[in-house]
Amino acid sequence: MSVTVLYFASLRDAAGVASETLPLPASLTALYAELRARHGFALPAERLRVAVDGDFAPWDSPLRDGCEIAFIPPVSGG
Amino acid sequence: MKRFGISEVAFDIAPLRQRLLSSRAGAYASFEGWVRDHHEGRAVEGLHYEAYAALAETEGERIVQEALQRFEIVDAACVHRTGSLALGELAVWVGVSAGHRGPAFEACRWIIDEVKARVPIWKHERYVGGENKWRHPD
Repeated sequence: MSVTVLYFASLRDAAGVASETLPLPASLTALYAELRARHGFALPAERLRVAVDGDFAPWDSPLRDGCEIAFIPPVSGG
Repeated sequence: MKRFGISEVAFDIAPLRQRLLSSRAGAYASFEGWVRDHHEGRAVEGLHYEAYAALAETEGERIVQEALQRFEIVDAACVHRTGSLALGELAVWVGVSAGHRGPAFEACRWIIDEVKARVPIWKHERYVGGENKWRHPD
């Protein structure tokens, strides 16, 4: 039971990888808290959006084996 | 038809404009975002855009579709660059055709504002002197 986590921009730089496979977490908030502590992410969860399987999703979305999670730091296109 | 795109290389706007031509349109408005040589008082040497491409395309397409519902326009499109860009290079283009100029201007402004706020693309600025920074606006 695992999930894939994708990192972008400052999160990718801090993590040192573009993605990693991790055990299925209890929740998205628990996962981000754990990853923030491990990788030293500067951004608090309140400043991020999250995507599950390629689309934006609420932070309380249920997770399943094999899903792809991306934490989206504040965007700066344009 | 795809109305929002991510381009990893410099793109030509002439064919994009061509696709918006219509006998129903009496107006066309466009916006070009260019790479500027400064940000918040710091001299910028160049920049890099990174995208979560799959979601950027989905969200960008949604924005253009919303504009088509929200404004009295004929058609609209947007393309955003990713990769390394030099000063002065085209970073983003928006084009809108409409019956009249008012909705063309309004929709063009709305699309670029929504793209900047919603599409998962990030700017990495390289400053003169060697420092660099991901922009994550408040």
